Amino acid sequence: MKTREEIFNILKQEFPEDVLELLNQPTEPIIVASPGAIHNICFYLRDTEGLQFDSLMVLSGVDDANGEKQTEEDGSVTINGGTLSVYYHLESLSLTQKVTLKVSTPRDNPEVESVESVWKSANWHEREAYDMFGIKFLHHPDLRRILMPYDWDAGYPLRKDYKNPEFYQGMKVPY
Amino acid sequence: MKSLLDQEFSDSNIVVTKAEDLLNWARLSSVWQLGFGLACCAIEMMATSASHYDFDRFGVIPRATPRQADAIIISGTVTLKMATRIKRLYEQMPDPKYIISMGSCSNSGGPYWQHGYSVLKGIDRVIPVDVYVPGCPPRPEALLEGLLKLQEKIRNESLVKKTA
Repeated sequence: MKTREEIFNILKQEFPEDVLELLNQPTEPIIVASPGAIHNICFYLRDTEGLQFDSLMVLSGVDDANGEKQTEEDGSVTINGGTLSVYYHLESLSLTQKVTLKVSTPRDNPEVESVESVWKSANWHEREAYDMFGIKFLHHPDLRRILMPYDWDAGYPLRKDYKNPEFYQGMKVPY
Repeated sequence: MKSLLDQEFSDSNIVVTKAEDLLNWARLSSVWQLGFGLACCAIEMMATSASHYDFDRFGVIPRATPRQADAIIISGTVTLKMATRIKRLYEQMPDPKYIISMGSCSNSGGPYWQHGYSVLKGIDRVIPVDVYVPGCPPRPEALLEGLLKLQEKIRNESLVKKTA
């Protein structure tokens, strides 16, 4: 069983360009990686002796809301710039170790490489992150909305500056 | 044995009533519901159908197709995505058809009334409701009360005057 620091050092040696830093959070240390190489890092984490991260426990999107906030006349907020993030919680069932990865991607064009080819369970998780935050997962085999209706064109509901539409298919949406 | 003419016909099982009352009585005694559940209210609805509360004693039987159903119980949170499907199911039911809105979510959006971006705030925005049952979720007794209210409504229907 390896600590997060040890795992970070192994990854840093293998991917000096794409493994950026180890965030020391009060809850758990998080390894920050670049979105364009996350699939390669994940393949390495899965297939390397001593790491063997065979399970993606959860993949979640986060709106960091760290851009420029602009308050509109009606009191609603628009956010320009900043980032959206994706968190990967991995577990090795055989070695009983865990690790958390994070990638950040620009809010205006959020693109992250898909890890569906590494763990099949990522398929629906990535579709959910796409549905809720609009993060595009490159090389995903079937990237479409999973919870909201397919014809939902009012944006991505879990973004901090999301505005609900007045009507959907003739039905009034607000209370 | 006596011949036919000699027999007495005093206990002949004849009841005199109005056609309207007979029809209404038949309808209210066999409210077949569409087998359709949405959320936690559906668990209470199933409990109502089960042996302890026994919905069947009021003639309520779940049917597997809207074409054989007289009533639909909207039992749970209606999302916008589901609302379009419910509307289609409702349109597939033959007249006369009745709707019981069960629980806060279906009545008004319930706890999702403000921030539920995907929730329809009341099924009555899509289809006409006959009886609203409050509760979150309503107990089986409350759903039974709702059914009795619906039966009362059917009992007072008129063939010539449209009431619903």
